[in-house]
Amino acid sequence: MFPEKAVVDGLADAAHLAEVQGRSLWKDARIRFFRNKAAVASLVVLIAIGIFAVFGGLIAQYERDFIDFSLMGANQTKGTPSFATGHYFGTDSSGRDLFARTVQGTRISLLVGLVGAGVAVVVGTLYGAIAGYFGGRIDGIMMRTVDILMSIPFMFVLILMLVIFGRSILMLFIGIGLISWLDMARIARGQTLTIKNKEFVEAAVATGVSPMKIILRHVVPNLLGIVIVYATLLIPGMIITESFISFIGLGVSEPNTSLGALISAGAGQMQYGVIWQLLFPLFFFIITLFAFFFVGDGLRDALDPKDR
Amino acid sequence: MTIKTALMAGTATALIALAGQAMADAHAVHPVTGQALASEQVFTYRVLDDFPSIDPQLIQDVSGSEVARDLFEGLMNEDAEGNVIPGVATGFEVSDDGLVYTFTLRDTAKWSNGDPVTAGDFVYGIRRAADPATASEYAWFLEVAGILNASAVTAGEMPLEELGVRAIDDMTLEITIDAPRPYFPQTSTFPTLFPAHQATIEAFGDNWTDPENIVSNGAYTLSEYTPQEKLVRVRNPMYWNNDATIIDEVTALIINDENAALTRYLAGELNMTDIPAGQYPRLKEEYPEQAISFPNSCSYYYMFNMSDSGPEALADVRVRQALSLAVDRDIIVENVLAGGQRAAYTFTHWAIPGWEVPDIPMANMTQAERNAMAVELLAEAGYGADNPLSFEIVYNTSDSHAAIAVAVSQMWKQTLGVEATLANQEWATFLDTRGEQNYEVARGGWCADYAEPSTYLDLFTTTSSYNDGKYSNAEVDALMQEAKLASDPLPLYQRVEEIAAADAAIIPIYHYASVRMMSENLENWPTENLLQNWYSRDLYISASE
Amino acid sequence: MFSYIIRRLVVAVPTLLILIIISFVLMFAAPGGPFTSERALPDAVMANVMERYGLDQPYWKQMFDYVTNIVLHFDFGPSFQYRDRTVNDVIAQGFPVTLTYGFWSFVVAIVVGVSLGVAAAIRHNTWLDYLAVGISIGAQVLPNFVMAPILLLVFTLWLGWLPGGGWNGGQWNYVIMPVIALSTSYMASIARITRSSMLEVLNSGFIRTARAKGLPTSRIIIRHALKPAMLPVLSYLGPAFVAMITGSVVVDVYFSTGGIGQFFVNSAFNRDYSVIMGITILVGALTILFNLLVDIAYAWIDPKIRY
Repeated sequence: MFPEKAVVDGLADAAHLAEVQGRSLWKDARIRFFRNKAAVASLVVLIAIGIFAVFGGLIAQYERDFIDFSLMGANQTKGTPSFATGHYFGTDSSGRDLFARTVQGTRISLLVGLVGAGVAVVVGTLYGAIAGYFGGRIDGIMMRTVDILMSIPFMFVLILMLVIFGRSILMLFIGIGLISWLDMARIARGQTLTIKNKEFVEAAVATGVSPMKIILRHVVPNLLGIVIVYATLLIPGMIITESFISFIGLGVSEPNTSLGALISAGAGQMQYGVIWQLLFPLFFFIITLFAFFFVGDGLRDALDPKDR
Repeated sequence: MTIKTALMAGTATALIALAGQAMADAHAVHPVTGQALASEQVFTYRVLDDFPSIDPQLIQDVSGSEVARDLFEGLMNEDAEGNVIPGVATGFEVSDDGLVYTFTLRDTAKWSNGDPVTAGDFVYGIRRAADPATASEYAWFLEVAGILNASAVTAGEMPLEELGVRAIDDMTLEITIDAPRPYFPQTSTFPTLFPAHQATIEAFGDNWTDPENIVSNGAYTLSEYTPQEKLVRVRNPMYWNNDATIIDEVTALIINDENAALTRYLAGELNMTDIPAGQYPRLKEEYPEQAISFPNSCSYYYMFNMSDSGPEALADVRVRQALSLAVDRDIIVENVLAGGQRAAYTFTHWAIPGWEVPDIPMANMTQAERNAMAVELLAEAGYGADNPLSFEIVYNTSDSHAAIAVAVSQMWKQTLGVEATLANQEWATFLDTRGEQNYEVARGGWCADYAEPSTYLDLFTTTSSYNDGKYSNAEVDALMQEAKLASDPLPLYQRVEEIAAADAAIIPIYHYASVRMMSENLENWPTENLLQNWYSRDLYISASE
Repeated sequence: MFSYIIRRLVVAVPTLLILIIISFVLMFAAPGGPFTSERALPDAVMANVMERYGLDQPYWKQMFDYVTNIVLHFDFGPSFQYRDRTVNDVIAQGFPVTLTYGFWSFVVAIVVGVSLGVAAAIRHNTWLDYLAVGISIGAQVLPNFVMAPILLLVFTLWLGWLPGGGWNGGQWNYVIMPVIALSTSYMASIARITRSSMLEVLNSGFIRTARAKGLPTSRIIIRHALKPAMLPVLSYLGPAFVAMITGSVVVDVYFSTGGIGQFFVNSAFNRDYSVIMGITILVGALTILFNLLVDIAYAWIDPKIRY
């Protein structure tokens, strides 16, 4: 579900190299990335999906929660996708416009992915940077804690949390964020260990800059490259996790929806002649994930000259 | 049967194949209908969830009760119309004051290990249900039945011996109740009042219901039980009326997903399954003989929080009326559910025997008239575009509850401009929210415990522990009290419904129906039994012509 | 090595304790207990029930008793929801099922995934490579709750080849669909990892040397390249194992297999405290154990690693 260790190790090497060779590598990386057709195409797709999620509502003919009572119960015949009725993607089983709902579902799914990755970036980077920078016993305790947390079946805890505190988008964000930062912390720590011996950090220490300031000003900026790549690879995992949670029935509540919830509902109806209820959200789900995978791979390859 | 039919290609072929098997041995005929019987008398049906328990005194759900009625037999049984007929008891006499019931047991009744079923077994079973040590969550049912001292015994304030049940001799059982309750004999068909085999329970403790330990007195014995997968029961040769039993083996398959269950039904793995909401019309067209719908005694409603913690607006009867009027029941019944349910404007299920639905003004209006009146009432109450109302509807997680909540919220929005947000919660959380009045509008469903209007109408009384909306009307309380002793309570019950409708105590939405796919050759299903108390020994599989 | 294992096992104790504390806190923070029902239970009945399960004790005592019972008697207590069963019964029934189809899914995922990945790497940038990459990404993004009903429709309803659910003691034809539904996405991940690490290994010096010596390709792959290329796959297996147990919820829902996933979700919904705890602890313990096994295997394959 989450990026593999190999990827992560590769990243560490790449970022290491980036450090050694200075700024020009970022430029090289950008050139290499734009040479990768699959990655560029995926980036375009991602942008398109983003535009769809944010502005798609403007061309929808209906509100996402508006029920066309005349279509209710007659989905199979009257709720089919059509430009004439304005239901571009047809209607869902409650007679609501599937286009508007897909727009909203895509938005929520992207949001879950981005926020989950965002939490991972912020918490994981800081945690890892602090552990790595201070080293010694602090490092030992902090990383042992990460090891312990990693052995906890978090999906189970997340289910428990959602059942107990009630579902809400916030809870989902917290839960998914909780799972995601652990790997990030490890990577950030590993990187910090090499960065902290650099001249510019030592210079800062010598001039009496406070440790937290050094971490924020000097260490974290140098972690960003690897962190961003890893975050890109983390997003699809978040989206898949959310869809699983929706399947269990613990996702966002009505009338809000997510791609996972739409797919889960559509999958239940697939033998009843309303296959579009599955296909449209599934299409957006799949191309989103595909695009993130390719962009992530592209970024990694661009930063990893070994593969040339 | 499962594997054999699964290997056949497609539904139609599988069904034909089944029929073919059946024809192979078409000698046996049903004694009453004269229909040819299939050679394989196996009945397989789907249940939604695993059985929390199959111990009669602990059972609290419908599917557990179905199993218990096959494995055990109480004093009385129900026939296909829901009338009370002799079970282990051949009959009973009631004292003149209506308080003492004397049951005579048949001397042929035996446990599956050969022991005779005695009055002592019933005393043991009923005491066991009340015993604080058993800690049965269904102990309250003895209070519904009205057995003397039940609540005091359960609370541990009185010894077990004080419970109003005693064995006069091995074949005579006397039960004393606290007030005349004409429905009392029917409560003896409930698992809570079933007999229990003391020696077995004492020997095996909590494990006594395991297939290898259980001793039961019904038409079937438990042969296999794999939690979350299936429960199999087979014919009990010791049952006193074993000769009349036709079905040899009954299997309950636990299938959580209703769509998966339907697929497996169509593949020929099941004789019976529920139809997912909204799919009935299509299936009826495709399988006219198999898709069926019949009334089921439950009512679906929305409740208002009228307690102090509820919103101020809901204390205004005009607001409640407007919200009720704006709900277009016909759309919910015909389009959302589409399974033969009936629109409800009163609480008591229309099919309850002896019940006549009173004339409620709202029921006779068109939806356009209702909507107009709703808008007017809301404006009168001082709510509108400049002072908009908004509510939260709480319901327990389920696709069909969600579909109804979505529809209702849209009706309110489109007709009244009332914004309703939806919140679904898990069952336990939901009950807690409702029970502590932490909600504004909540979904409710109520199923009859016995076939009499008071099983519904008691919920309108101030003291009812299920009155989660905290509706209170002194006149209703008085009427319900009066009805307990009335020789003809019907007018009183009707009056209660009228008052509740005028007060808009709840929003009745629809009366349930059982909507099922049932194999064409599964015969004798008691569709007329409103509480759906069915017994596998009454069913049979016919050989298709 | 031995002391490393011991150290890891010692760390397992606080991990499990933390797990127990988290679950306990979460459960007691929950509104509604295991005995909340539509009819508010009369106080007397409620008191009886609470007493029977020791829920009237202070929290710290409940937790202490719970842990003691597990440590001393390996007893996870009675189930609140399933009155006729103990948690040990539930686990004894559900766990073997989950482990059985989980094991086969693992085997299928590894065998097919590795083969696919190796094939793609050897035929780098050919149609076979693109096909393998396409299949693996496709399989990875298709949620198994879409896959399961499709399998059911195809193999049970249309073709009539396989029973639509149940477990039947693990008879082979009941295991096939759960294994397919569960293994696909892991198979895909493994294929992707194998492919990229294989590519890396094939480009490395010692393989070039072997090639230069004129060794046949198949021998190079099997004798020299496969082992180092498996390292990243190994480290993926730990998280994959946990994810698979979670994924078993879908399998249990659609195929009525009666595994641990469904028990967990149901108990969470029903507030069946003891079953939730039992399963969480067991899965936690298995996770720790599995990660340890993976690390040992890692050390065994990779001579550079010393503990």
